Amino acid sequence: MASARSTAKLVSAEVTTFAITMLGLLLVTFLIGRVIPIDPVLAVVGDRAPPDVYDKARIALGLDKPLWQQFLTYLGQVARGEFGTSVMTSNPVILDIKRVFPATLELATLGTLIGVSLGIPLGVAAAVYKGRWPDNLVRILGLFGYSIPVFWLGLMGLLLFYAHLGWVGGPGRVSVAFDDLVTTKTGVLILDAILEGEWEVARDAFSHLILPASVLGFFSLAYISRMTRSFMINELSQAYILTARVKGASETRVIWRHALRNAAAPLATVIALSYAGLLEGSVLTETIFAWPGLGRYITASLLQADMNAVLGGTVVVGVVFISLNLFADIMARVFDPRTR
Amino acid sequence: MSDILLDVEDLRVRFPGLSGYTEAVRGLSFTLGRERLGIVGESGSGKSMTGRAILDLVPPPGEVTAKRMAFMGLDLLSMPHRERRALRGARMSMVMQDPKYSLNPVMTVGEQIAETWRIHNPGEAGQARERALAMLDAVRIRDPKHVYDLYPHEVSGGMGQRVMIAMVLVADPDLIIADEPTSALDVTVSMQVLAILDDLVSQRGLGLIFISHDLDLVRSFCDRVIVMYGGAVMETLNARDLDHAQHAYTKGLLNCLPRLDRVDANLPVFTRDPEWLK
Amino acid sequence: MRAATSQSWRDWLLSEAPQSRAQARAGQAYRRWRGFTENWLGVVGLVIVLTLIGMAIFAPWIAPYDPLAQNLSQRLQPVSWQHWCGTDSLGRDIFSRIVYGSRVTLLIVGLVVVTVGPLGLILGCVAGYYGGAVDRILMRVTDIVLAFPKLILALAFVAALGPGLENAIIAIAITSWPPYARVARTETMVIRNSDYIAAAKLQGASSLRIIMLHVVPLCVPSVIVRSTLDMAGVILTAAGLGFLGLGAQPPTPEWGAMIAAGREQIFDQWWVATFPGLAICIVALGFNLLGDGVRDALDAR
Repeated sequence: MASARSTAKLVSAEVTTFAITMLGLLLVTFLIGRVIPIDPVLAVVGDRAPPDVYDKARIALGLDKPLWQQFLTYLGQVARGEFGTSVMTSNPVILDIKRVFPATLELATLGTLIGVSLGIPLGVAAAVYKGRWPDNLVRILGLFGYSIPVFWLGLMGLLLFYAHLGWVGGPGRVSVAFDDLVTTKTGVLILDAILEGEWEVARDAFSHLILPASVLGFFSLAYISRMTRSFMINELSQAYILTARVKGASETRVIWRHALRNAAAPLATVIALSYAGLLEGSVLTETIFAWPGLGRYITASLLQADMNAVLGGTVVVGVVFISLNLFADIMARVFDPRTR
Repeated sequence: MSDILLDVEDLRVRFPGLSGYTEAVRGLSFTLGRERLGIVGESGSGKSMTGRAILDLVPPPGEVTAKRMAFMGLDLLSMPHRERRALRGARMSMVMQDPKYSLNPVMTVGEQIAETWRIHNPGEAGQARERALAMLDAVRIRDPKHVYDLYPHEVSGGMGQRVMIAMVLVADPDLIIADEPTSALDVTVSMQVLAILDDLVSQRGLGLIFISHDLDLVRSFCDRVIVMYGGAVMETLNARDLDHAQHAYTKGLLNCLPRLDRVDANLPVFTRDPEWLK
Repeated sequence: MRAATSQSWRDWLLSEAPQSRAQARAGQAYRRWRGFTENWLGVVGLVIVLTLIGMAIFAPWIAPYDPLAQNLSQRLQPVSWQHWCGTDSLGRDIFSRIVYGSRVTLLIVGLVVVTVGPLGLILGCVAGYYGGAVDRILMRVTDIVLAFPKLILALAFVAALGPGLENAIIAIAITSWPPYARVARTETMVIRNSDYIAAAKLQGASSLRIIMLHVVPLCVPSVIVRSTLDMAGVILTAAGLGFLGLGAQPPTPEWGAMIAAGREQIFDQWWVATFPGLAICIVALGFNLLGDGVRDALDAR
């Protein structure tokens, strides 16, 4: 009974934190959108509008109401997914975002998969062979991961693997010859191609995906391996590890079943944060790779001063980002019976 | 004595440091039958390292050497680590100090007991749960099925230590080392745990090495006592003769115990003789 | 003779029984310096950072060309003895632009640290010192800002404020103060309960006085360590903004913007984008190494 109540309490605390953080984010985007620009009315009616047109537009936009009422209106709009119309594409922003988001998701997901599948074993090896080469490798990866600009690494990757070695496809999501060959179902091009049995397209799409995903994956790898190392060093020094050895457990079992299982809770947080970081990093990466995702949508809108699109994209990234934070906290609880 | 479990001669454990080696155990010799041998000493006397050396669990970069170290006729010194590991848990095992830290926090206690069985009886893994439940019953846990699914943070210290004993004994070892098994527990709880350990050791005819800093406990629990100081053996004697100890160090230790039958204004301050370490 | 003097200096510094406060402080600083120099990676970091500062100060003497001088007859020249890093599409010498770009980088780092450090420091100290509701509210706000996507928010800020170096700096500062507040708060919570704070209170010192004179100075070292570790991140974010055309505006030689300028020619004239990127990497690496070194030296008291 008591534990059920405490679980409910924890969940409600998490949800409250999530709600407050969301509110904070929306307040910031609201302020950026409504308060900072010179005059949002002018953006709608143009510079030379007569005063009565101007006033009408002002009232229509609700700008005559007090700021807090405007904020409530804004919250309502966001809840309904109304981010206004994009000046650049003249579509509703929400439709644009729905169209481009899967491409970003595809990129960040593969990047995280690369980071997790290489980073965890490497971090474990670094902790087990502390002071030896895997440890040094993780340290170097960490240093570079925190020192290399993601967009520059992307450029260098293109230069080497595409232009010089020809191992991968170039910028874009798929070669021009394969454009629009498959109908969009999931929005994830490779999946769509496989669903239609277009193996050639899937292969081509993969050759375009692998380089940007690897670039993002490198940063994920640097972060995850470094954190795995420090969690594992901590776990391996605990008394229960000695107990496992006393029981005659093999080193493999001690490391993977006992130590890593205990590091799983904080690692879940790290992985979720790294995923969120990649979504953000995709803004710069997509520009380099002409990747038609949310990041490029935001940056392209930026240059056109298309504030509806920019703020809509910011809110969506923010929601995903904060949700991942929430998800990480919940996962950490699931993996650790002490906090359940 | 035909039934010698463990025969150790001139056991040494040393750790490389910046200025040469530090010796944690220097020249320990003893034999152990199916009896209870106490090892007492202050912290840092090398008593825990002795237990670790027997189990091949001295942490690197520590080095273990000995003239002889044999377990039931098997030469431990020439045995590869892999075979030493196969012995661990199956034929020799150790009860650790504090169940709060020594049990894996993310595995149910039942799983942890079953794991020992499974590691050493891979052919009969199906029996693991049954065995674990039987062991929980043997350490006098009332509702084994319920306790099996609890996590370590959900059991009390006393129950945790009983789980620990169950985990150590489930694969039927011949020798167990108990390293300060009750020092993290309350006095009454520790008495219960010791009673359980006592029964199981007698029933199964185990050899027990009981490592402790508590002279009174060792006196009442063990048959023989080794007194260690600074990694070296000061004296070996029968537990009941402890009051007639010859060695100045043992006498000094005994004098430091507060006693009900004697009125002391101050407990004597213990002076250590550097000669003892020679 | 000289050896003997330096020997006695060292003895004086390492004395177990310092005669004056100055000697004790100098001795402590010297020990920390020794601790720091034992870690050669930290020293490498220090050398890189000092080189950056030197490059910024002496840019006119180091740079062989005017960083803004266009020379269309010399456009997109490859690496040569005349142009160590080649020239860009306007015929400007890339090496000279990188040298002058160090000024922009230092300016960004400096301004961000100068605004963010004190802000985070004061917020953290106030939250930690008062505790209770003040602490809860301030830390809630901190957590909220920490959970924001920093780069995207900085982008939105700059988009609203208009592109430019100042706005980029403001945007970075607004999104990067929370970790400093966290660090300062943690320190303050420890300091708050110490006896000399109680003594100051007994003497009737006001909260403001205690915070400013007793708490803040003690939190400064950890904030400095934190900001050294953070500088690489600041440089990367600034370069990202510059790359997107939201930071320093042309023709200012900013490294991120220089990479963006070289993007078009990356397959034919690789040097245009490569060298500014290398400069960013080296400088960010330098700050990371220095930060790690300083942290280790201060931790191992």
